[in-house]
Parts: sequence; C-alpha cells; structure tokens
Amino acid sequence: MNGASFTRLALTNIGVAIAAFGVASAMAIMQALSRANLDLPFRSPAMYYLSVTAHGTLMAIVFTTFFIMGFGYVVAQHSLGAALAMRRTAWTSFWIAALGTVATVAVILAGKATVLYTFYPPLKAHPLFYIGLTLVVVGSWGWALVMLRAIGRWRRANAGRRIPLSVYGYAATIIIWLLATIGVAAEMLLQLIPWSLGWTPTIDPMLARMLFWWFGHPLVYFWLLPAYVVWYGLLPPAAGGKLFSEPLGRLVFAMFVLLSTPVGFHHQAMDPGVSSGWKLFHTFNTLLILYPSFVTAFTIIASLEIAGRMRGGQGLFGWIRRLPWSDPLVSSVILSMLLFAIGGWGGAINASFGMNAVIHNTSWVPGHFHTTVGSATALTFMGTAYVVVPRLLNRRLELVPMARVQPWLWFLGMLPFSIPTHITGLMGMPRRVFDPSYADHPTAVSWHWLTNVSAIGGMVLFASSLFFVLVMLFTLFAPRVSPEPIEFAEPLEDPGTKAAFLDRLGYLTALAALLVVVAYGYPIWQHLQMPRFGSAGFSPF
Amino acid sequence: MNIDFYERIWMWAAGGIIAVFIAVIGLSTVAYGLHPPSHIETIEPSKVFTDPRFSKLGAPVVMPDGTVEVQMVAIMFAFAPNEVRVPAGRPIRFRLTSADVTHGFMIARTNANTMLVPGYISQFTTVFPRAGDYLVVCHEFCGNGHHVMSARVIVEESK
Repeated sequence: MNGASFTRLALTNIGVAIAAFGVASAMAIMQALSRANLDLPFRSPAMYYLSVTAHGTLMAIVFTTFFIMGFGYVVAQHSLGAALAMRRTAWTSFWIAALGTVATVAVILAGKATVLYTFYPPLKAHPLFYIGLTLVVVGSWGWALVMLRAIGRWRRANAGRRIPLSVYGYAATIIIWLLATIGVAAEMLLQLIPWSLGWTPTIDPMLARMLFWWFGHPLVYFWLLPAYVVWYGLLPPAAGGKLFSEPLGRLVFAMFVLLSTPVGFHHQAMDPGVSSGWKLFHTFNTLLILYPSFVTAFTIIASLEIAGRMRGGQGLFGWIRRLPWSDPLVSSVILSMLLFAIGGWGGAINASFGMNAVIHNTSWVPGHFHTTVGSATALTFMGTAYVVVPRLLNRRLELVPMARVQPWLWFLGMLPFSIPTHITGLMGMPRRVFDPSYADHPTAVSWHWLTNVSAIGGMVLFASSLFFVLVMLFTLFAPRVSPEPIEFAEPLEDPGTKAAFLDRLGYLTALAALLVVVAYGYPIWQHLQMPRFGSAGFSPF
Repeated sequence: MNIDFYERIWMWAAGGIIAVFIAVIGLSTVAYGLHPPSHIETIEPSKVFTDPRFSKLGAPVVMPDGTVEVQMVAIMFAFAPNEVRVPAGRPIRFRLTSADVTHGFMIARTNANTMLVPGYISQFTTVFPRAGDYLVVCHEFCGNGHHVMSARVIVEESK
C-alpha cells in the first residue's frame, strides 16, 4: 500500500527532526547562560564550543533537513497521489541520512569534532564528522530523486493541468538544494574527507570557504521555502480562507530558484583573497532576492484578511481579531512572520557590504538568524507539526493548551533573546564566545546587562521548546481517532493558464545553473591560478 | 497576468526600495571607493614570523606618505603584538595575517573588521577620529581559547 508506507516515511523523518530539535534546545539553554557569564556546573570552554557545534549541526542541518524531507512526502502524497512511488529508495535514503546523523553526532559528543557547523579548515575534525554529514546530503539526494520522479510522473499523467502550488514550491526547494549541494559535496569529497583521513597532506582554506558558501547561503532558502509552502498552502485553510493571487506564489518560488545560489560571497565580504567586484555582484543578487519575500508578505497577509472577513470580520482591522488565534498553526505562522520581518531587514543590512563591516561575525549574526531560520522556519515547522503529526498518526493532538501557548512563548522569548543579541553585535561583541569578559575592558563590560536580558529570553525559548516536544511525545501515545485529511489552500481565483511559463522547471533550472556558473566559475578559476599555500590542519579542542 | 491594484502598488514599492538599496551601494562603491577589505596577497602561513613583510611587529611604522602601518600576526590564542599605539586623525594601514587557523580581527565599536585566513594577508586602511582605548577581538572560532584572544589599539592624540 503506497499511501500508508509514505505516511510512515513522513512520520519517521519528522520524528528524527523533532528528536534533534529537542537535544539541540538543551544545548542552547547552556549557551545562553554561559554568554551571560553565569557559573554553572560543567561549564567549561570545551563544553561550550562542543555544544555550539552540536546545536548548530542538529538545528541547522538535522532538524531542518529531516523535517523538510518528511513534510515533502506529506505534500507529495496529498497532491500527487499515486505518482509518489519508489518506496524502497525513499527508505534507503532515510537510513543513509540517519546513519550519517548518528556518526556526526557521536563524534561531536565525543569531543572530536568541535569545528562548529561551518567547519572551516584548517580546523580539523575526526573524519567521521565529514563522512557523516556527507551521508546526510547523500540521503537527501535520494529523497530529492523520489520527489522529482513523482512530480515527473504526475505531469505526464496530467498533461495540461497546472502543478499544484505546494508541489511547485517543493520543486523549487529541491532544485535549489541540488545546485547548492554541489558546492559542499566538492568541499567534502575533494578536500575535507581525503585530508582528514591523511590521504592529502594539506588543504586550501580559501577554496573551502568558497565552496562552503556556495552551499551555505542557498541552504537558508532550502530552510525557508518549505516554510513558505506552509504559508501559501496550509495557512489559508487553517485560518478559514483562501489563497490570494496564486500565480504570484509561483513567481516567488521561481525567483528563489534563480537567485538563491549566486549570492554566497556576501558571507565572505570581509575575506582577503576575494576581489571586491565579485563581492559586489553577489551583494546585488542578494538584495534582489528580498523581492520574492516582499511579495510573499502581501499575499499571505491578504489571504489572512480574506479569512478574517469570511469569518465575519468588519472594518479596517476587525478581520484581525476574527482570525482563529487559538489555532496553533495560525498563531505560529503569524508570529513567525512578525519575527521574520526583523530578520528580513537585518538581512538587507548584512548584505550591504559597507554595513556588513560593522556586524560581520558579531553577535548581531546569531541575533539575525534566530529571527529567520530560528523563527520563520523553526516556528512555522512547529506549527506544521501540530497539524500534520496527529493526522499522520490518526491520533488526537494532546496537551492542546500547551500547543496554544507554545508559539506565543517562542515569540515572547525570541524578542528579548534576539534584540539584545543584535545590539551587543553593534557594540562589538563577537559571536560564539564562551565568556565575553575580555579582562573587563570597558567595551566588554557594556555588553553585560544585555547578555543577561538575552539569557532570560533563552530560558523562555527553552520552555517553549520543551512544551513543543512534550506535546509531540504525548500525541504519539494519544487515543486513536478517525482519519482527518490535511487541507491545502484553494486559490481565490483559479490560476488557469496565468504565468504558465513559470511551470517550465527545466528551463528555470538551466537558467539558475548558468547563473551559478557565472557567479562561481570565474572566481574559483581565478583563485586556482594564484600561488596557494596549504595548511596541514589543527585540532585545538 | 491580472494583478490586484493594491498588490501592484506594493510590488512597485518593493522594487523601488530594492533599487534604492542597490543604487546606494553601487554609488558608494563607484563614487566614494568604499570597498570591503579585499586585498589579494598570499603568504606561506608556517613562515609568517620570518617573512620580511612581517618584520615590524614591534611598533607601527610611519610610511613616506604619512600613513602609519601596523603589522600584526594572529596565532592561537593571541595577537602579536597584543597592544599597539597609533595617532588619532591619521590614516592607519593594518596588515594582518594568521600563522595557523582562520581567525577574525575586529576593533570593537568601529567598522574595522576583517577575516584572517591562513595563506593571505588582510589589509585595510582606517582613520580613528578620536583617541581612546579600543578592544580588538578575534571573532572567528579558532579553538578552545577563542574567547581570550584579544588585543588593544591605543589611539593617542596627534602631537
């Protein structure tokens, strides 16, 4: 039975994601307290940097990737039906990614891979760290193959019909992921793995940085686009409305496909060895990629207004009160959008390479990405889990009051966590430091009260995480109920053949690949022409 | 494509904002020459301390054009030298590199900020308008002593 087996696949993937989230949250609370310089048991630099590595890897790679894969199967099963096949490939891919996760987490916890989730060489981790992460990516490629084959089969069987928008969003996610992971796969297979195994004596750190950021920035759209699928697909019916201007949703996803990858140098704006012309080109592309998110903001808020008015809301703002705020998906998404508004403007600042000099590698950066991936993505995924997990299990959602409070706790914790973290960044506090006291230099003293505020925010966030994990655990053992469908949005107007050219995914992919070649081909070629000095590697942890 | 009137306004406004951002950055680059530190010069990281380009770690050097050059090497978990004195109101050129892993260099509360990638010399020129005791921090994780890696730039009134 095709349907049931993909239900189990979806649940297993989402289960791994939630487990990773739980462990990573426990790491996070330690870090927030450590930066506030509180003396805790087991507090040591080795422990702190180990836990930063574990938190980053588990949240940014494991939680996101497994959730995205699991929810991808949910979308495909719902919208593509019998076209979703290749169950064995899907399971094999899952086990490859799960095995990779276990290997990576084991060496991190053993203290042999404290290189943070950016793993810049010549910091050198145990080979299993790199091999494990590579297996996670290989597993995700298997998932991508299953998804793309399902989309292809559905299109052949439904000639003339538009690809459902949620599937279109996932297709965009997968194209971005495949283009992006070429970079990190090259870094892993050609550089890090042979070097960590001792097969090659030295490594080129700058080439590794370029390949990492080829992957590292589109990674954020790999996190964001499935959240947008939820905003466009699951939110309108949960709020009791319809999706406004469906074709623009397609335009949004198509723009991400084109612009996600040729932007990575904005993470290297402060690097030597990369010319400022290429940094400028990547900066412009980064600013252009704000556009689809601006459009999304309008579409989603308009869809919410439709919902509020369909529920009887009157006047200019009356519809807001009529929204079903007690629905944990609705409140999760709206609150995640509000936090993402901070993150989006912050992102424009990060990308502007003059202002980047003020905030590069300061605590502004973790402040920023906790309002983007840590809110737009993570909070949306938690809201999604409240809808999807009980329906996949055919069980009732347990501890509903906790599920209702949890998104608000996240919002109320994230504000005092992330705003002071942004501000200390502007005041020159570096990110990822165990103890920011710097022999009580007046500059360092001035950060102190703000790190205390963010530690309080961190505690509220931890409570929110705990609520989420508890709701999921209790739901796993809740009484069975009769099956309920997962509802995807109806467009307000049928898209008909509007913007049909956007559905030509092959052309879109080719154009995106061309941009990647332009943005990375020449700089990397140029880099390879220079005299380069390798490094044997260091493991100072 | 038929787009709602208000949404059309919104889309034009969003496009306009982005055009302004791009114009500001483009103009400041072209007209004022504002670039991030993008110096391209390589160095053998294991021989940094014997390289003539880093032979003046003791004290800043005044160049013929009046620019003051500061040389510094980052090494786990310190900067050499860990304190430099420079005059206010004059162009200061920092030339920096790493002898081991990737480090960062930031003068807190200023926009003096660069990565120190082994094998490369980072260089930028800045002016301190005011005297003071500035904290320099390593802002890229470099090992378990990362948080103690700092230095000071003492900016003195020009005589």
